[in-house]
This record gives sequence, C-alpha cells and structure tokens, in this order.
Amino acid sequence: MSGHIVKFTNVTKKYLNQYAVNDISFDLPRCKIIALVGPNGSGKSTILKMIAGLARSTRGSVTVNGKPASRRIAGEVAFLSEKDILYPFFTVEETIRFNAGLFADFDMQKAGEILRFMQLEPDKKVRHLSKGNLGRLKILLVLSRRAPLLLMDEPLAGLDPLARDAIIKSMLSYLDLREQTVLLSTHEVSEVEPLLDMVMSLHNGSIKGFTDVEKIREEHGLSLLDWMKETLTN
Amino acid sequence: MREKFNNTQPIYLQILQRLCRQVIRGEIEPGAKLPSVREMAVHAGVNPNTVQRVYSELERLEIAETRRGLGSYITENETRLRRLREDLKNEQIGRFIKDMRESGFSPEEIMAGVSQELKGV
Repeated sequence: MSGHIVKFTNVTKKYLNQYAVNDISFDLPRCKIIALVGPNGSGKSTILKMIAGLARSTRGSVTVNGKPASRRIAGEVAFLSEKDILYPFFTVEETIRFNAGLFADFDMQKAGEILRFMQLEPDKKVRHLSKGNLGRLKILLVLSRRAPLLLMDEPLAGLDPLARDAIIKSMLSYLDLREQTVLLSTHEVSEVEPLLDMVMSLHNGSIKGFTDVEKIREEHGLSLLDWMKETLTN
Repeated sequence: MREKFNNTQPIYLQILQRLCRQVIRGEIEPGAKLPSVREMAVHAGVNPNTVQRVYSELERLEIAETRRGLGSYITENETRLRRLREDLKNEQIGRFIKDMRESGFSPEEIMAGVSQELKGV
C-alpha cells in the first residue's frame, strides 16, 4: 500500500483555452475526511473528476492508490456526482441491486442498514423521490462500497436541513476510516467543519491553503469559514 | 442532535472540556464506560479521528484508561478526580481574575463584587 491515496504532480487542466486547474501538486494522506472548498469555478469538480478518471489532465500526473488515474481504477474509487446519474425508472431497491452488480466491493448488508437508517422506501421509483431522498440514496450508494477512496461532489448542495443532517450522520456511522479516505467538495463549510480532518482551499485553479482543520483553530483561533475567507482574499 | 461548537477553540478540546465537566458534576461516574469512538462521533457529529484524539488525551491526563478490546473507562482514582476538580476551579478563577484586572478592577473590588453576587445566589 503506497503512502498516499492521491498524488498530483504539476497538474494542469485546460478546457479549450481556459485553465480549470493550473500547475498544482499535492498529496492526500489515507484514512482522513478532506474537503475542497472555494468559489464556483475554482477547480473543485475538475480535481474530483481527474481523480475518478472522468477527465484527463492536460499536463502532469495524477495517481490514485499508487496507480495512474483512469477509468480502469473505477473499482477503487466510489464517486458521488453532482449530476443525477440514476435511472428514473428503477426503484430504490433496483438501483441498489444495479450498483451491487457494477462494483465488486459493494456491500449489500451495509446498503440494507443505511437504507433503514435513511428510512427510504425500497419500492419507490427514483423519479418519484424528493430531492432530499435522492441525496440520501446517492450517499447510500457511495457509502455501501468498500473502496479505499470515496469522492463526493457537493453531497449537501440544495438539500433541506434534515437531509443534510442525515447525510452527515450516515457518513460518521458507516465510513470505515481505518481503511477509507473521503474527498468531498462543498460550499456548506460551517456545517461540515466538525466532520473534517483536513481542508484545501482553491481559487482560480490554484491551491491557496491546505491544512488540518484543528490546526486552523489551534494556531490561528479561526473557524474554517474565517480561514477560508482569509486565504481566498489575500 | 449534533452538538454545537464555538469557532475559535479546537473541537477536540471542547469535547474534552465537556467530558471533564460531566465527570466533575458526577454525570459520568468514576469507573463508567465511555461510548465507543464511533458512538461518540455520531452523537457529537464529529469526525471519529477527533474523538480518538479526545480519548487519547483523557488517557494521557490519566482521567480515562483504555482496556484492550473493551473500550475506554473513566478512572476510579479518587485523588486524580479531586485534582481534576481543583484544576478546573483554578483555571476558571484565573481566567476571571485576568479579565477583571484587564478591565481595571482592583483585587478588593473583585472580592467585594464576588461576595455580593454570591449572597444573591
């Protein structure tokens, strides 16, 4: 097992002539919950997509669990996309079975536990789910996998407070931090702060700060939100 | 429901202080078993690594001990718990006095003010 779960070396990503990510390098340690924060267009989603092998870097290298990132490592990375990727004609239960068929590391027993925890109705069609319950189902699909790396693009965006709370609680209950690492992007900085080990702040495709969340409080006496404002405005 | 935390102190420290206060108030008794790291993480709504740090710190302070395979327990050492109570008292009084002196109050005024207030309690 290599030391870092993710390694970026001088990575640049250009869409046409626009830089989404500009020459960034960093290592992500294992067994942590790490957040990417920053304004829209700062490069958060691009970074997640490159790790998942859904986008290729223009320059530089991205390795995941010691291997070059590509579609072939999909078995080691569970990805919760911001976009809706579920089939609307499936029921909740069919969606779970479908995902269990796709991924060898999908844990049906865990999925059942999370289903009960989230109080989702197995027979309900995906197209009839509320936005909050859709968010609950998407997190269920990611947390049910025993992949070493879980990526979540805006898991809380646009959800009501009850759904956000259920999602945060389910992460604390069902993640296995002895073996798993979570990288998530979010705007709900204050809400996820108690959940995090580390945070990376991004602006215009560059890293403005990357540190332990408790260090921000210990050394600067700042909340994560204040720190973010400071790193992004200087 | 998840707990609330202030913005300026490390979260592990805030949980540590809360637990110490509960021990001093007798809400958690000597020898009591603490919730597992996972249970405490879910209850407080914080990262399990943060709770692990709290438990390690309690152990380092000899307020709790880890029994292999069984979990963490509050110490039954009365001397240690009495000292914890004293420490907490001195710390809070120290902070109060510092604040008062910085606001320009003399020791006599502080004493008089505290006695006055305590009579009303």
